[in-house]
Amino acid sequence: MEIVVATTPVSDRPNTMNKILTKSLVASLGLAFALGCSQKQEVAEAQTLINGAGSSFDNPAFMMWKDAYANADKNVQINYQSVGSGAGIKQLVSQTVDFGASDAPMTDEAMKTAPGKVLHIPIVAGAVAITYNLPGSPKLKFDDAVLAGIYLGEITKWNDPKIAALNEGVKLPDTSIIVVHRADGSGTTFIFTDYLSVVSKAWSTKVGKSTAVNWPTGVGGKGSEQVAAQVKQNPGAIGYVELAYATQNKLPVAELKNAAGKYVGPSPESVSEAMSTATIPDDFRFSMVNAPGEAAYPIAGASWVLLYEKQADAKKGKMLVNFLKWCVTEGQKRSPQLDYAPLPDSVQQRAVKLLETVK
Amino acid sequence: MMNTEVATTPLSPAPGRAGAQSTRLGDTLFHLVCLAGALVVGVLLALVLWQLFKGSSLALKQFGWKFFTGTEWNPVTDQFGALPFIFGTLVSSGIALLIAVPLGIGTAIYLTDLAPVRLRQPMTSLIEMLAAVPSVVWGLWGLFVLMPLLRASIYPCLQKGLGFLPLFQGPIYGIGLLTSGIILAIMILPIVTSVSREVLRSVPNLQREAAYALGATRWEVTRIAVLSYARRGLFGAAVLGLGRAIGETMAVTMVIGNTPFIGWSLFHPAGTLASGIANEFTEATTDIYQSSLFELGLVLLGVTILVNIVAQAMVRAFTTDETRRVA
Repeated sequence: MEIVVATTPVSDRPNTMNKILTKSLVASLGLAFALGCSQKQEVAEAQTLINGAGSSFDNPAFMMWKDAYANADKNVQINYQSVGSGAGIKQLVSQTVDFGASDAPMTDEAMKTAPGKVLHIPIVAGAVAITYNLPGSPKLKFDDAVLAGIYLGEITKWNDPKIAALNEGVKLPDTSIIVVHRADGSGTTFIFTDYLSVVSKAWSTKVGKSTAVNWPTGVGGKGSEQVAAQVKQNPGAIGYVELAYATQNKLPVAELKNAAGKYVGPSPESVSEAMSTATIPDDFRFSMVNAPGEAAYPIAGASWVLLYEKQADAKKGKMLVNFLKWCVTEGQKRSPQLDYAPLPDSVQQRAVKLLETVK
Repeated sequence: MMNTEVATTPLSPAPGRAGAQSTRLGDTLFHLVCLAGALVVGVLLALVLWQLFKGSSLALKQFGWKFFTGTEWNPVTDQFGALPFIFGTLVSSGIALLIAVPLGIGTAIYLTDLAPVRLRQPMTSLIEMLAAVPSVVWGLWGLFVLMPLLRASIYPCLQKGLGFLPLFQGPIYGIGLLTSGIILAIMILPIVTSVSREVLRSVPNLQREAAYALGATRWEVTRIAVLSYARRGLFGAAVLGLGRAIGETMAVTMVIGNTPFIGWSLFHPAGTLASGIANEFTEATTDIYQSSLFELGLVLLGVTILVNIVAQAMVRAFTTDETRRVA
C-alpha cells in the first residue's frame, strides 16, 4: 500500500506542476495584457490623438512641428504617417485619418469622391533644384527651352550650342547628357513637370504633368536620395531634386531664367518670393511655377494639408485647427532650418482665415 | 493478499488507460497542429491571389489582354501595359542565370571533388556568407562600386570587342539591364552553389570509383559520372536561383534605371515587375493606376509560377531521357 500510494503522487507531480505553471503563466500574461490595455486607454483619455498621413516631402516638417507643438498644447498628440501623397488622399477620403497631406492639389474628380468638402491649406513650400555632374562643377545657367529640350531628349550633348549660348566662358565637354529623373511617383516630379508643361508646349502635349510621367529619355532613381546618388556617380548627368538633397550632397545647382527674364538660384528666399508673386485663388489650389517676381525661382511648389470643412468630432476638429493655425504661423519660423521656404505673411493670414471656416 | 489485489487492480490499468488516452490525444493534437501549419500556406496563397485579383479587377476590366502586350506605361494618360516590365524581369533574371549557374556549379564541383579537404569548410562558409548580405547593401555596392567600374572599363571593352552584336550597342549609362543582371547573379550565386554542392555530395562515390576504374580522367569522371547523374538536382538549383532573381526588388531598383524599355541593348536602362511596384505604389493617385500596379503583382506571381512549371516539365523531360539511355 505504502509503496503504491507513494508512487502515484510522484508520477503525477510533474504533470500537476506543469499545469500549475502553465495556468499561472497564462494568467499573468492575461493580466499583463489587460494592464497594458488599460494603460493605453488612460494615455488616450488624457491626450487627444490626431492622425495624419500623406506626403513624404512634408514628413520632416511634421516631425519638427509635432515636438515643438507638444510644448504649446500638452493635450494633443500628433501622429503623422509618411505614406506618400496618393495614399494620404486615399486615407482622407476613406476617413481613416483626421488630415491628409499632398504635394499636388486634389483634382476635381478626386474631390467628388470625398464624402465632404475638402479644404486645402498650404503648409510648406520648396524649390526643385537642377543639379549636374560636370568636371570642375562650373556654375551653369539654363532657360526653359534648354531644360525642356534636355528632358525631351532633343538636346543630347553638353557642348550643344543652345547650352553654350547661355553659359559664355564655361568650357562644356563633348559628352552625352545623362538625364536622371525620379522613378517613383513624387511631388517633386509633379512640380518639375508642372513647370515644364507651363513653359514648353511640346512637353505639355507629349508628356504632361503628374506625380509620375512617361519619361521620353533618361534613367530613374527611387527617391531624391537616389537621384542625387545617380547624378554624383555619372559624369555628364543632370537631375532634379529637392533643394535640401543638393545642399546635403554638395552638388552644384543651376540658376534658371525666370518669367521676368532674370537668372535666379534656388533658395528659401527665392521660393517665398515666387509664392508672394504667384496668383493664388481662394481655395488655395494653385501652382507657383514660373512666378512673375523678379527674384522668384521658377521651379517651386507648395504642399498642402487636406481636411474636411465639416469635422465629425467638433472637439477634436477644434484641436486640429489650432494645430494647423500654429503650423502656418509659428511653425513657419522654423521651416528654413530644413530648407523649406516660409509662407509669406499674406499667405499665412489667408490660410488662417480659411482654417477659421472649419466647423 | 486482498490488499495487494485491491491495490493493484485499480492502479495498473488506470495509468495504462490514461497513458494511452493521452498519447492518442497528443497524437491528434500533433496531427492537427501540423495540418494547420500546412493549411496556413495554402490559405495564405489563396488570400494573396484573391486580394491581387480584387485589387486589379479595374485594370483587368479596362485593359483585358492588352495589358500583357501593351508597351506604354503612362500615368498621365492612364494607359498601362506590362510588357516592358515583363521583358525587363525576364532579361535581367536570364543574364543572372547565365552568369551564376556555370559559376555556381563550377564552385560546387571544386568544393566537393577537387578542393583540398581542409579548404572545403571555410570556402563553403564564405559563400554562404554572401547570402547573408542584405539586398539593399548589394544595391548600394552596385551603384557606388560596381557600376562605375563596369562603365569605365568593362563595358567599353565589351562594346569594342562585341559591338557588332546589337546586344552591346547604344550609349553606355552604367546602370541598366546588364548591370542589374550582374548584381542579381552575385545575389543568387550562394543559393545556386550550396544547392549544387548538396546535390553533388549526394552522388554515390561508387559512381566516381566505377568511372575511375574504367580509366577516365578527372574531367571525364566529373562529366560522365557526376554531372549527368546529378543533372536533375542541378537543374533544380538553377530554378531556385531563377525564382529568387525574378522577385528581387531593392537591389535591382537601384541599378536598373527604372525606365520601361524593350529593345536589344543590354546597356539600356529598363524596369522589372517588382521594381515597378515598389517605385510607384505609394504615389499611385488614380484608381486605375493603383489597379494596374496590382495587376503587375498578379503578372509577377504568374511569371514565377509559369517559370516553375516550365522548369519542372524540363526536369521531367531530362529524367525520362536519362532513364531511356540507362535502359
